[in-house]
Amino acid sequence: MSSYRIQGTTGEWEVVIGLEVHAQVTSNSKLFSGAAASFGAEPNTQVSLVDAAMPGMLPVPNAECIRQAVRTGLAIDAQINRWSRFDRKNYFYADLPQGYQISQLYHPIVGEGHLDIDADEKAGILEDKRIGVERIHVEQDAGKLMHDQHPTRSYVDLNRSGVALMEIVSRPDMTSPAEAGAYLRKLRAILRYVGSCDGNMEEGSMRADVNVSVRRAGEELGTRTETKNVNSVRFVMQAIEHEANRQVDVLEAGGKIVQETRLFNPDTGTTRSMRSKEDAHDYRYFPDPDLLPLELTEAFVEDCRASLPELPDAKRARYIETLGISAYNAAVLTAEVETARWFEALLDQGAEAKQAANWVMSELFGALNRLGKSIEHSPVSPAQAAELLTLVTDGTLSGSLAKQVFEKMLETGDSAGTIVERDGLKQTSDTGAIEAVIADVLAKNPGQLEQYRSGKEALFGFFVGQTMKAMAGKANPAVVNELLKKALG
Amino acid sequence: MTNLTDLGIAAIRDGFQAGDFTARDVASAFNDAVAGAKALNAFIAETPEIALAAADQADKDRAAGSLKPLSGVPIGMKDLFATKDVQTTAASHILEGFVPQYESTVSGKLWNAGAGMLGKLNLDQFAMGSSNETSFFGNVISPWRRNNGDTAALAPGGSSGGTSSAIAARLVPGATGTDTGGSIRQPAAFTGISGIKPTYGRCSRWGIVAFASSLDQAGPMARDVRDCAILLENMAGFDPKDSTSLDLPVPNWEAALSTDLKGKRVGIPKEYRVDGMPAEIDALWEQGIAWLKDAGAEIVNVSLPHTQYALPAYYIIAPAEASSNLARYDGVRYGLRDLPDGANLQDMYAATRAAGFGDEVKRRILIGTYVLSAGFYDAYYTQAQKVRTLIARDFDQAWEKCDLLLTPTAPSAAFGLGEKSDDPLAMYLNDVFTVPTSLAGLPAMSVPGGLDALGLPLGLQIIGKALDEQTVLNASLAIEERAGFTARADKWW
Repeated sequence: MSSYRIQGTTGEWEVVIGLEVHAQVTSNSKLFSGAAASFGAEPNTQVSLVDAAMPGMLPVPNAECIRQAVRTGLAIDAQINRWSRFDRKNYFYADLPQGYQISQLYHPIVGEGHLDIDADEKAGILEDKRIGVERIHVEQDAGKLMHDQHPTRSYVDLNRSGVALMEIVSRPDMTSPAEAGAYLRKLRAILRYVGSCDGNMEEGSMRADVNVSVRRAGEELGTRTETKNVNSVRFVMQAIEHEANRQVDVLEAGGKIVQETRLFNPDTGTTRSMRSKEDAHDYRYFPDPDLLPLELTEAFVEDCRASLPELPDAKRARYIETLGISAYNAAVLTAEVETARWFEALLDQGAEAKQAANWVMSELFGALNRLGKSIEHSPVSPAQAAELLTLVTDGTLSGSLAKQVFEKMLETGDSAGTIVERDGLKQTSDTGAIEAVIADVLAKNPGQLEQYRSGKEALFGFFVGQTMKAMAGKANPAVVNELLKKALG
Repeated sequence: MTNLTDLGIAAIRDGFQAGDFTARDVASAFNDAVAGAKALNAFIAETPEIALAAADQADKDRAAGSLKPLSGVPIGMKDLFATKDVQTTAASHILEGFVPQYESTVSGKLWNAGAGMLGKLNLDQFAMGSSNETSFFGNVISPWRRNNGDTAALAPGGSSGGTSSAIAARLVPGATGTDTGGSIRQPAAFTGISGIKPTYGRCSRWGIVAFASSLDQAGPMARDVRDCAILLENMAGFDPKDSTSLDLPVPNWEAALSTDLKGKRVGIPKEYRVDGMPAEIDALWEQGIAWLKDAGAEIVNVSLPHTQYALPAYYIIAPAEASSNLARYDGVRYGLRDLPDGANLQDMYAATRAAGFGDEVKRRILIGTYVLSAGFYDAYYTQAQKVRTLIARDFDQAWEKCDLLLTPTAPSAAFGLGEKSDDPLAMYLNDVFTVPTSLAGLPAMSVPGGLDALGLPLGLQIIGKALDEQTVLNASLAIEERAGFTARADKWW
């Protein structure tokens, strides 16, 4: 249980949250047709006869979409249903050419599973928590209506019509906006690790329907509302926050929560009613007679299992236990598949794990942050970074010289070795030269020297700094330390 | 020279291959027959140029020595099959003027086999009907008339009524039909021709305007059993574009035709003796039994105990699927759009579908919508599916005792147009003998057995095990030989 409560005028309220996430399946073609499924094409250029529901057209399941759904199910440790079936959800709308959506109501392909979110005290998640996933089913997406093309007419773009979605339905196991956010981030990370969805919420390839209810501690579940199509983690958290508070206000004013569908307004962070249960469609679900039940062989499922990559939890555990990386660094490095991939490419180039982890966490992330780039678009490749780290390990570069070299690598794209040679940034361990500089530093700072000798040992760092500065940062810090200690006696 | 329109598929094929006549002569003769038979209203669209073009190609192919299985054979195409660049209407107003940019798998196979198209044949609207009285393009008239001087127009059966009328009137030597609950077999019986509905999944449904997906199946109709076998060989086959298509080789049915039924057991299901059935049909059934015995078959009595529930189950399942299948006709992308002034999207749907669908189609959409709606689904749809399972099991149990079933095709001879059109239930009863086989997905064929006292044809139905079209064809051929059915309608049109 999270510590999150709504403080009403009459006391505390708990919040209960369930999420239905629609994730667009990564696949070259649509769920039941051969048309392309990529984002951003000119309207109505990725539409087959099947997607446009021409008379006599029939759906044929795309094996890749089925495979991706099974892999996703396996990645959340879910039951894979070897027998599943497609149902038609019937309703009329201009973006739905068939007059029905092919979905899986009665027999979804993936059953009960779960994923784990981490404790985050700052966010009020007091301990690690397991969130249940009730089911994953596959279904068709609808097309898109465009109302801004003509003063009195609406247009329809069928490019998205028939694209495969996974609907991932959680148990109502979350009790705070933070938990919901952590669940979504974790789910997105898993989808991206698996490669079954790109998780890109801005492009709409992942969106969530948010079910929220409130209750007093220990009471039965309250009536829930469903806020549709929320398309970022932040918005989901805002929608929950707003909706929970709204429900508490209604209840405390003596009102009742109406089971209804609501819409989220990202500009105001509020939700508003779209339709109540009384106006809900009767979708007249029934098994799609154009399709046979989907029967998966054990070999197919095992093949899907074998194709799974190492998943974030397992990877993090390995980083900690086998590579000796700190728990915090391991969590950050495995949170996104791109980060882990980059980091592991760095290790493949021979970098030492702990050193590499520290460097990525501080130097690389700092630079990327400053440049506004994601790690896939890092101007420095893992191979280049590995060379830089080798120069540190072998004593050619000190930490501060490495920083300078890295800056120049970012600016020029040159390799570390080239920069070191060209700019003469090699660290020196020449004791004679260093001793001469130290003597000079001591001579120029008699006051500090006296203070140090009379017991103010904290000034040691001052002398190190002055020496390094006088040597333009190129002195080997270990040698400087040793020689300074001797000189200061 | 023989009258070319008196020839069937095999005779045209063989005569053409032997050089007895040109394909162009054949196509021209049938084109003339079609043009002279407007009174039957069997066609929605006539395509004489397409028939001639295919014939000219066949003549060239013959000269080049590259004959195809149906080279020189012109046929009719039920207007439920999408034909590229040729209007495809399903006999509805809502698809009037719709010209597909694609060819249905079955029609495409026939054209690839060398056949030519004489035209698109009329049918009951969206294949919903048993008398061809629901077409937006008007009733099809049977060429048959009663022999008592009554000139009342008779129903050619339905839904493949344009097909049956055109074949019986010698406007086409053979044509495609589709059968959802009897739409090949009942019109065949009404017009004295043959027709087979193969096992569900034998023929691809891709490009056939859907009525009830789990039941719809294409099949051939022609003057005799051999012609049906020839056409079926060129229609059937696995199609990866239809998930319910069977991935099996197509047997060489024609080559394996045989009337020797020794070792075959023919079951007579007692539940098919229904109250009020005309004595002549009972008598024909007895005659059929005698013919099959004569061909060497053993006759056994069997029971199909759930038969009486088949019709109600069918009239739940078929409309349920239809209500969903026909949702795509919404005025948005193709076909009719009725957009009243100031109309919003819902208004457009309502106006388009009100104007675009006929009464019988609307009735079935309403029934289907009702049986699928919340609160009624289990009582109707789920229950009907259970019945369907029981009916399939009835057949499975019968197959422990026999290899074939023999029944009448329909409970009456052809009725007059208008006689039943005000009484949907009486109309639905026409399908009582054909529907159970459709629910079970089994192959079944109707062959003419004789005439009733009014001179109208009566059909016998042979039902076989799944995928055993061969035995169905063989038994049908055995009946055909013994029945010696040569009667034809006198030309009045």
